[in-house]
Amino acid sequence: MHPRFQNLFAPVLAVLLAGLALYGCSRESTPEPQAQAPAEAQPDGGVINIYSARHYQSDEDLYQAFTDATGIRVQRIEGKDDALIERILQEGDASPADILFTVDAGRLWRAEQAGVFQAVSSSVLEERIPSNLRHPQGKWFGFSTRARIIYYDKTRIDPTGLQRYEDLADPRWKGELCIRSGSNIYNLSLMASLIAADGLEEAENWARGVVANFARDPQGGDTDQIRAVAAGECGIAVGNTYYFARLMLSDDPADQAVVERVGWIFPNQEDRGTHVNISGAGIVASAPNAAGALEFLEFLASPEAQTRFARGNNEYPVVEGAALDNPALETLGEFKVDPMDATVYGENQAEAQRALDRAGWK
Amino acid sequence: MSGNRRLLSLPLTALLVAGLVALPVLTVALHVLLPDEGAWRHIVDVLLPDYLRNTMLLVAGTAVGVIAFGLTTAWLVSVCRFPGRRLFEWALVLPLAFPAYVIAYTYTDLLQVSGPVQTWIREITGWSAREYWFPPIRSLGGAIAMLSLVLYPYVYLLGRAAFVQQSSGVLEAARTLGCGPWRGFFRVALPMARPALVAGLLLALMETLADFGTVAYFGVPVFTTGIYRAWFSLGDPVSAAKLSAMLLAFVLVLVALERWNRGAMRFHQVGAPAAQRKPYQLRGWRALLAVLACMVPLGFGFVLPAARLAWLSWVGGDAQFGTRYLGLLWNSLSLAAVSAVIAVVAAVIVGYGLRLRPGPLMRGAHRIAGMGYAIPGSVIAVGVLIPLAAADQGLRGLLASWFGIEVGLLLTGGILGLVFAYVVRFLAVSLQSVDAGLARITPAMDDAARALGDGPGRTLRRVHLPILRVNLLTAGLIVFVDVMKELPATLILRPFDFDTLAVQAYKLAADERLAEASTASLAIVVAGLIPVILLARQVSQPAKRRERSEARGLMQATTPA
Repeated sequence: MHPRFQNLFAPVLAVLLAGLALYGCSRESTPEPQAQAPAEAQPDGGVINIYSARHYQSDEDLYQAFTDATGIRVQRIEGKDDALIERILQEGDASPADILFTVDAGRLWRAEQAGVFQAVSSSVLEERIPSNLRHPQGKWFGFSTRARIIYYDKTRIDPTGLQRYEDLADPRWKGELCIRSGSNIYNLSLMASLIAADGLEEAENWARGVVANFARDPQGGDTDQIRAVAAGECGIAVGNTYYFARLMLSDDPADQAVVERVGWIFPNQEDRGTHVNISGAGIVASAPNAAGALEFLEFLASPEAQTRFARGNNEYPVVEGAALDNPALETLGEFKVDPMDATVYGENQAEAQRALDRAGWK
Repeated sequence: MSGNRRLLSLPLTALLVAGLVALPVLTVALHVLLPDEGAWRHIVDVLLPDYLRNTMLLVAGTAVGVIAFGLTTAWLVSVCRFPGRRLFEWALVLPLAFPAYVIAYTYTDLLQVSGPVQTWIREITGWSAREYWFPPIRSLGGAIAMLSLVLYPYVYLLGRAAFVQQSSGVLEAARTLGCGPWRGFFRVALPMARPALVAGLLLALMETLADFGTVAYFGVPVFTTGIYRAWFSLGDPVSAAKLSAMLLAFVLVLVALERWNRGAMRFHQVGAPAAQRKPYQLRGWRALLAVLACMVPLGFGFVLPAARLAWLSWVGGDAQFGTRYLGLLWNSLSLAAVSAVIAVVAAVIVGYGLRLRPGPLMRGAHRIAGMGYAIPGSVIAVGVLIPLAAADQGLRGLLASWFGIEVGLLLTGGILGLVFAYVVRFLAVSLQSVDAGLARITPAMDDAARALGDGPGRTLRRVHLPILRVNLLTAGLIVFVDVMKELPATLILRPFDFDTLAVQAYKLAADERLAEASTASLAIVVAGLIPVILLARQVSQPAKRRERSEARGLMQATTPA
């Protein structure tokens, strides 16, 4: 009597899916005109699409400043670096991505190996960004750096004899060291730099020494390690500079108490310099709006944007002479930077992970 | 012949849906056959023993935890009477609104060395941090505690529904035969509720296996964190897929254990549900114990962390709170609603398909369709991305060559891919609920309806769906809440400028701004509360409604077409 019903599910499902697809199209329609009709004049300056692994809220101000300066709108997806790389690869030629922005040199290297980027020549970028912080063919550029430094409890630890990364493995610090997981990208890049500086065997021995000095199993983020020093759980910690700078700038009395008790050391000042990692970006090979993307990269290298990295997220600018405009970074002071080529971190990364695993660095 | 078509169409649709859902799972599984990029040897030698050990401990510990919390409370509130029972009855579901990673952030903030509890201990005693022992929150034990606290409502919900729906006659019979409350529980109620309890346990354990947020934050090396390490640090997606496949094997073992345990038993309800069952009245210390047993999971699973989050966001929350949050809320809610509806429809199709055609093909499809729940969201996302992107490329080429139009990425560019991933991931949840409901309906009812001339579709609509109403609602609500909480797949697959509450919370937490992340975390919990409270209401007064709907179902089934 009701012959309609038994077939109802398939059409209902189809309608739902179609509706979703349409919804998807309507959401997607904004970036597309770019690809279809590049000749058409864009009264608003067009759109660039950024896939960003940076997770800092201050970036939105950065994008807004770019839009204000150029009229080009910015659309973004934020996510984990490798997931974004995978997404670009799967999207292939149709990828709407113009720019991939990551927080680690190793990821830039891997994206480059996977063929994500196109080579760019820009006299602005080449002039402003030091050559060890960019790809030789202009496939990616570093726009800010962060140093990985040593923190210590000023009430208990005498920092003489704690001046190099290598010193962290010294048995006299047994039970004192707090550092995050061995799969953390910042530790991997540090290990990669040690492999390049001291050789694999030496670096792996170092990692064993570090593991033997752990105050507790690796856990939490960089800020947690610094806080653990202030709480007295450990005497020594390792962390990126911007986390400490953020505590220095905080109004919270608890954070101020942390800063009060914790001292910092820029390691290896007498030899190769302190390890720094970069946050950088490149233009995607299939970028629908490569011209706009290049404009964005050049904007990032402008003194104004460079200062934003320092002021907004406590990172170090890469362009010579860019103002810091950040009291915390000014207090931390100038330091000698390890001039190692950032590609090394990428090349050595898998090796570094294996060595840390073997050393029992969880 | 139309009669033939009728018989075929529904099972065929079921196979189609199951196949679609299985696609990402199979995509991942097929990676196993590819040669790996050198990391596999290293993983097997150095890391795998740890992954196996920790994963098994995590699963075993969480199983004990969710049963201890879920089963005890379900039994207490269903058949006993004690002060506060009415409140507990619905409030015990509330921890379900907490994503495991949010409760992990909250307890870490409270209990870590620099947190308020330990700071207070040091101030009171004058000890330094190295002079006393405090249970480390970031540990395997901590992860078990966190997961047990937020996952026990699965066991509670399904267990409670089962206890309430048990035919009163059976328990009454046990009582007249001299069974006390304890024996009545172990000999009669528990065995009868077993399918529901095991279904709840299975959901909780599958979610445990798929959890990434908590174990990663606590630094516990298990399979999910191993998959990330293999893929992202060792740069070897094939090894990551092999680990995923081993994780799938874990799930299969769990599912097989459940089937083996249940054996050939079937549990259909024949009598009326326990509308006027005489409850056990608890007094004195027994009542106190019952109240405590309910307070512990509710207090630690909801009240305390919610209060802490509220406090954190009050004193130093997200500076961006405001209209931006309306957008985030809308994105979260609409995604969750759309996914929930699709997941329930798909579950009915697949579940009913199996009932109609219980052949090996259908059974296999049914089982694979329910496996996505145990796969970490990020793995599903990639499993979705690979076939969908290929389809996208094909579609794009086709449209370009046939019609000369350039359409971009139809499937992966919008929320379609994301919703697909959610359905793959959460179909198991809705399927469990629908299956549990269908299993309760005796096949005699199908036969009666069919004998009276109804086709399978009409039988479904007039007999099963009315009876299943509660199950469908439960299924939809659980999927809704799960989607609200989902993070990794959302991160990877969402369209441009499309943030959800979970994404916002993650961005801040990943940047080690826990206090600021508290606002978004609290918003997820609050938004999740509405469906969870609906669920709870469903649970607290199901007996009458169910009786009515079952009676109506029966009547409709027996009304000649």
